[in-house]
Amino acid sequence: MSEPKLRLLVGKVGLDGHDRGAKIIARAFRDAGFEVIYTGLHQTAEMVVNTAIQEDVDAISLSILSGAHNHLFPKVIRLLEDKGANDIQVFGGGIVPDEDIVTLKKAGVLEVFTPGASMEQIIGWVRSNIRSRRLD
Amino acid sequence: MSEQDEHTPPRRSRDKDEWERTTLAEQLERGGEREVEFSTVSSLPIERLATAEDLGPDWDVERDLGLPGEYPYTRGIHPTMYRGRMWTMRQFAGFGSAAQTNARFKYLLSQGQTGLSTAFDLPTLMGRDSDDEMAEGEVGKEGVAIDTVVDMKRLFDGIPLDKVSTSMTINAPAAVVFCMYLAVAEDQGVSFEKLQGTLQNDILKEYIAQKEWIYPPRPSMRIITDLMAFCTRHVPKWNTISISGYHIREAGSTAVQELAFTLSDGIAYVQAGIDAGIDIDAFAPRLSFFFNSHNDFFEEIAKMRAARRIWARVMRERFGAKQERSWKLRFHTQTAGCSLTAQQPLNNIVRVTVQALAGVLGGTQSLHTDSYDEALALPSDEAVTVALRTQQILAEESGVIHTVDPLAGSYFVENLTNRIEREALDYIERIDSMGGIIAAIERGYPQKEIADASYRYQQQTEDGTKTIVGVNKYVKDDTGKLEILRVDDSVGINQIARLAEVKAKRDSDRLEAALSSLRKAAEGDDNLIPLMLDAVRAHATVGEVCQALVPVFGLYQETSVL
Repeated sequence: MSEPKLRLLVGKVGLDGHDRGAKIIARAFRDAGFEVIYTGLHQTAEMVVNTAIQEDVDAISLSILSGAHNHLFPKVIRLLEDKGANDIQVFGGGIVPDEDIVTLKKAGVLEVFTPGASMEQIIGWVRSNIRSRRLD
Repeated sequence: MSEQDEHTPPRRSRDKDEWERTTLAEQLERGGEREVEFSTVSSLPIERLATAEDLGPDWDVERDLGLPGEYPYTRGIHPTMYRGRMWTMRQFAGFGSAAQTNARFKYLLSQGQTGLSTAFDLPTLMGRDSDDEMAEGEVGKEGVAIDTVVDMKRLFDGIPLDKVSTSMTINAPAAVVFCMYLAVAEDQGVSFEKLQGTLQNDILKEYIAQKEWIYPPRPSMRIITDLMAFCTRHVPKWNTISISGYHIREAGSTAVQELAFTLSDGIAYVQAGIDAGIDIDAFAPRLSFFFNSHNDFFEEIAKMRAARRIWARVMRERFGAKQERSWKLRFHTQTAGCSLTAQQPLNNIVRVTVQALAGVLGGTQSLHTDSYDEALALPSDEAVTVALRTQQILAEESGVIHTVDPLAGSYFVENLTNRIEREALDYIERIDSMGGIIAAIERGYPQKEIADASYRYQQQTEDGTKTIVGVNKYVKDDTGKLEILRVDDSVGINQIARLAEVKAKRDSDRLEAALSSLRKAAEGDDNLIPLMLDAVRAHATVGEVCQALVPVFGLYQETSVL
């Protein structure tokens, strides 16, 4: 049985220009055999959600280092719900304090990786937690 | 003395070759070395031993090393270095509202800091107002929110601008924020000639690394040359551009790439100034540099020494600058934020100390030491104080400042300096052959080189080739809890309210007239700075001034390079 390839959107939302992590993770996902769409910088939450739907991705991976995570993660999740696409999972990474991770998970973010997380660890997590939506 | 030493006459090798064949070979036979290859954090291979021979027959101690305060300044730009004047301890600060940052400034000044350094929030850095849709959740988060000159007055309230030097870390809208600073000076009755400080204003590294842009490179260069021309005439003590490698390194470049891309940016600014008809010796002395200091101690020192030598030769030989002041590369150093770990954060104090010491031994003019909690959040007061104390301990307890350039003549340091210089020059040549750094940026060249280097480094930390203590070695589970600084959302709400108040009170006719003159000037060749100054005096916002030029200059769109 061969599972369809996972399709992941790596997104930068808001004005944050720190793209070192997003680019590394996009490349690591690609090298791990996933299909990857990278949004590029300075996207609005709407733009990210629209791209995710158009590209029919299985999950959105957001990278936020600007301190605006408490705004931007929930906004993306809200928009996915509004558009009936809440089967697209959201996870991400950045400089996010522990207490905020708890709140973000309650808001529906599946996982948040912080500095020091390895590519291997993140890829492993994706393999066991993200399922292709095209299976059902 | 051991028994063996008494009976075996000590051997003396005459050269490195002989030593390798005899003394070393015997040792290697008894036991190998811990690694097959040794290399710097940037993966520059490091040889076992450097000797005079490694400097090669072409190395000329007078020509290549020289003496401090003399061309090519390898040993430093001042004859007395820190015996004469200590480096400026300049801690970058800014968060929340102008009033909050003003209080942090006053605290830092009271703690013995000697210069101010302003961090702006992301919307301000991108030329957006606090009430812009894209600004949501970001107002006052990573720096101070500045919308109009009213905020700027609050930021410097009670701080006499003729007594402090101020560094402002802003690029795409740098000219607008600088005009606001000028307007505050007018308000305080301080004449422009007395103003001292630095505007980062380095747009080229934005396209390469930091990614905070508005317009495409070429029109952006016009604003910069206008500012250089304006300052040359009216604000002569102001450093107009701080040509920055810092962000290039933070984006994941190697030390050599940081040096090469930064100097290539410098070359482009000098060329632009010359092309705009400004006398090189009038503007070049006001250009300064800003480098990163990462973990690899000698690599950083060598990079800084090589930087001075390359720049001196570029300015004198390539551009024909006549004055010594134009040949001297002055620079600010900041310790490497990207080297800090969220795990076992107190370890970062040690990293910062080593990095800061490299900056000092590399001959920096000013220094920012990072706070140990920066991989977790904005720095707390305690962390900021420890960071400043680190500099004070280096300056006043370690003794390293008592002599000028103590590492000069070290076979290893001189050899590494030569090597980094040579590799940086190769890059610079390659960029020149593409038509300069702007053309190289347009084809994504430096962006790609950095993305590759940063991916390689990430792989090396994961396979254990490169050690990060507390992350991939000596890992501990309980990291403990740190008190962190939080900027709550009320900052944004209040800032938007203040902006609405300013907008309601201002004279809209005067504002419109100022913005439309600015737009018209952009279509022609007039210097834009006096017109921007008029606009900010009329309480135009950062966003309004930046937007006024978009119809003429366009917006930059990046093609992402993975």
